[in-house]
Amino acid sequence: MWNYSEKVMEHYRNPKNVGSIDDADAIGEAGSLSCGDMLKLYLKVDEKGIITDAKFQTFGCGSAVASSSILTEMVIGKHIDEARKITNKQIAEELGGLPPEKMHCSVMGHEALEAAIKNYYGEENTTSNEHDETVCFCYDVSESMLKNEIKNNNLKTLEDVINYTKAGGGCGRCRGKIQDILDKINNQPKEEKLTNTQMIIKINNIIEKYISPELRKDGGDIELIDVDNNKIKVRLTGRCQECNRSQVTLTHFVEATLKQHINENIEIIRV
Amino acid sequence: MTNSNLIYLDNNATTKVDEKVLEVMQPYFSELYGNPSSIYEFGGKNANAIKESREIIKDFLGANNQKEIIFTASGSESANSAIRGILNADKSKNHLITTKVEHPCVLNTYKQLEKEGYDVTYISVNSEGEVNTEELYEAVNDKTALVSVMYANNETGTIFPVEEIAEKVKSINPKTKIYVDAVQAAGKININVKDTQIDMMGISGHKFHAPKGIGALYVKSSVLFSPLIIGGHQENGRRAGTENVPFIVGMAKAAQLAKDNLPDENSRVKYLRDKLETGLLSKIYNARLNSSSKNRVPNTTNIGFEYVEGELILLNMNDVGICASSGSACTSGSLDPSHVLKAMGIPFTALHGSIRFSLSRFTTEDEIDYALEKIPPIIDKLRNISPFQAELKELRQRKGLA
Repeated sequence: MWNYSEKVMEHYRNPKNVGSIDDADAIGEAGSLSCGDMLKLYLKVDEKGIITDAKFQTFGCGSAVASSSILTEMVIGKHIDEARKITNKQIAEELGGLPPEKMHCSVMGHEALEAAIKNYYGEENTTSNEHDETVCFCYDVSESMLKNEIKNNNLKTLEDVINYTKAGGGCGRCRGKIQDILDKINNQPKEEKLTNTQMIIKINNIIEKYISPELRKDGGDIELIDVDNNKIKVRLTGRCQECNRSQVTLTHFVEATLKQHINENIEIIRV
Repeated sequence: MTNSNLIYLDNNATTKVDEKVLEVMQPYFSELYGNPSSIYEFGGKNANAIKESREIIKDFLGANNQKEIIFTASGSESANSAIRGILNADKSKNHLITTKVEHPCVLNTYKQLEKEGYDVTYISVNSEGEVNTEELYEAVNDKTALVSVMYANNETGTIFPVEEIAEKVKSINPKTKIYVDAVQAAGKININVKDTQIDMMGISGHKFHAPKGIGALYVKSSVLFSPLIIGGHQENGRRAGTENVPFIVGMAKAAQLAKDNLPDENSRVKYLRDKLETGLLSKIYNARLNSSSKNRVPNTTNIGFEYVEGELILLNMNDVGICASSGSACTSGSLDPSHVLKAMGIPFTALHGSIRFSLSRFTTEDEIDYALEKIPPIIDKLRNISPFQAELKELRQRKGLA
C-alpha cells in the first residue's frame, strides 16, 4: 500500500478536467501503453497566450492520474510562457508530495506539458533528435532526458534515477550506463565506494563492452562468478578453457582492462 | 474501514486465520511453552504435539511416513531448502529445469544458481498459462539434476500436471529429482504424493488459514537431502532451530479443516468464482479472461481490463472495501509487470490492467454480488479517463455493444 497524501487521493478519486478538447491549440503526449503509463494533455490558448482551458486523459496509476489532474489546475489561467516554468517538483509539491517510487508520475506530467508547449510553438520535440541516444530501451528514455532530470532534481543514486525516470527499472541492462552518466554529472571520482550490486553491474558492463567481444573472436568467453571487494572471480568458457595461454589473457588483458576502468587494486581469481 | 464490511478477494496473497486454528494454538504461547527437546514432561509433551501435527501433515500430503515431513518457516524456505538440499547432496549434475512462471522463491534461487555455474532451462507456457510439457521433456538430459514445477500458479490458478511431469521426467532420467511448489494448491485441491514420482513438495500455512510464518517440506525418504539450516538435531537433523510449536499445531489444524472443506471448495467456492468471472466478463466490455484453462484451482480468476491501469482499479476498489491484487507494475514498486502474464503473452493493452480475484471458504454470495455491483461502474469511470478512447470504442463495437 502506498502512502499517498490526502491531495493525491482526492485527485485520483475525483480527477479534475478529464477529457479532450476538440479544437485544442496544443496537444502534448508522454509515456506509452507498453510502459504502463501514458498521458495526453490538451490546452486551449487565447490570443494573448493565456491558457484558458486544459483537459487530460491518462492511462496509469493513482499518482499518474493525480499528477495529470493537478497539472491541469496549475496551468489554467497562466500565460503559456509562465506554464513553461512549472517543474515536476512543483507538481509533486502541489500534491503534498509523492512516494519516491512514484516521482516518475510527476516527471510524466512535466514531459507532457513540455511537449504541448513545443507543439504550440511549432518546435520540434527533442526526443526525435537523432543525436540523442536512447539509454533505457525498456522505457524509451534518452540520454538528454536523463541528464535533464538528474540535474533538475538533483538525483544522486541509481535508485533516484529509476524512481524519477523509470530508466533502468526494467531489464537493468542500462544501469551501468546510467551510473556513468550520474558519475559524470555529479563529478564523482571513479574510486567512489560502490555497493556490491553496483560493482557487479559495473564489471558486467565492462566485460560486455570491452572484454567479451575480444574473447569471442577466439571462440571463447568469460563469465563473472563472484565479487568480493576488489577480488573478482571469473570463469573462462568455450575455447578459452583449454587454451594454454589463458593465464596470460587473464592477467594481461582481463585484469588490466578492469584495473583501467575500476581501480588499480583489482585482482582476478580464476575458478 | 472495519473488517465487517471488507470484501476480501485476495486469498492467494494470504488468508484469514481460522478461529478454530487460533484456538488450538493459544495454549502453546504462555502455558505450554516448554522446549520439545527437553527431557521433563513439560517440554516432552510438546514433542508429542509436534508428532501429532506431523502425522496430520503427512496425511494431508499423502506421504508414507512422518520422517518425510520437515516443518519450515515459509513456502519460500521450503523451496530454498529443497533446491539447495538436493544440489548440495549430489553435485554430479549441473543442469536445472523450471518454468518461466514459477514463484520468485524458485525463480530467483535458480537465477542465483545460474550465477554459481549451473545451466538452467526455463520452460515456456501457452496463452492459457499451461506449461509446455513437450518442451520440458525435450530439455531433460543426463546432466539434469532437478526439475522444479509449481502445482498451481499463484496469479492464474492454472494447475500443472505435476504427477505426469514427474513420471515422464523420471522415465527419461531416473536420477533427476522433482520439486513441486504446492503453495497455491494446498487446501484448494486434493494432494497425494503417494505412488507418484514426486521427490519433494513445499507448502505454506498462511495460504490455507494458518498464520504466516509456518510451512512444510515433504522429502521422499529415498532422496538424499542436505540441510540448509545447520545447528541442532531438530527435524531429524534436516532443519535446525527450536520448533515453532504453536504454529506447527496451528498449521496441522488448518490442514485438517482444509481437507474437510475440499468438497465445499470444489462446489460452492467454485460456483462463486465462476459467478464473479462470468458476471464481470458479461458486464464489462473491455474485460478479458487471462486464463480460461479447464485446469484451474477453484478459487482463482485473473481478468484483464483493457486500456485501464491495475493500481488505479485496486485503489478505487479499496474505496468501496474490495481487496484484490494486480499484475500491474505500479502496485509492487517494481516497474515491470507480472512475469507470469508476460510469459503467457497477454497483450500490453490488458497486461497493466490485470486483476486477480481469489476467494476462500469464507467468501459469501452476498460479497460476490456486492463486487459485481460495484466493479463495473469503477471500470466505466476509469475508461473515461483513458487516452485510448478510439481503441475502446472499437472494442465496444466489436463486442456488438455499439
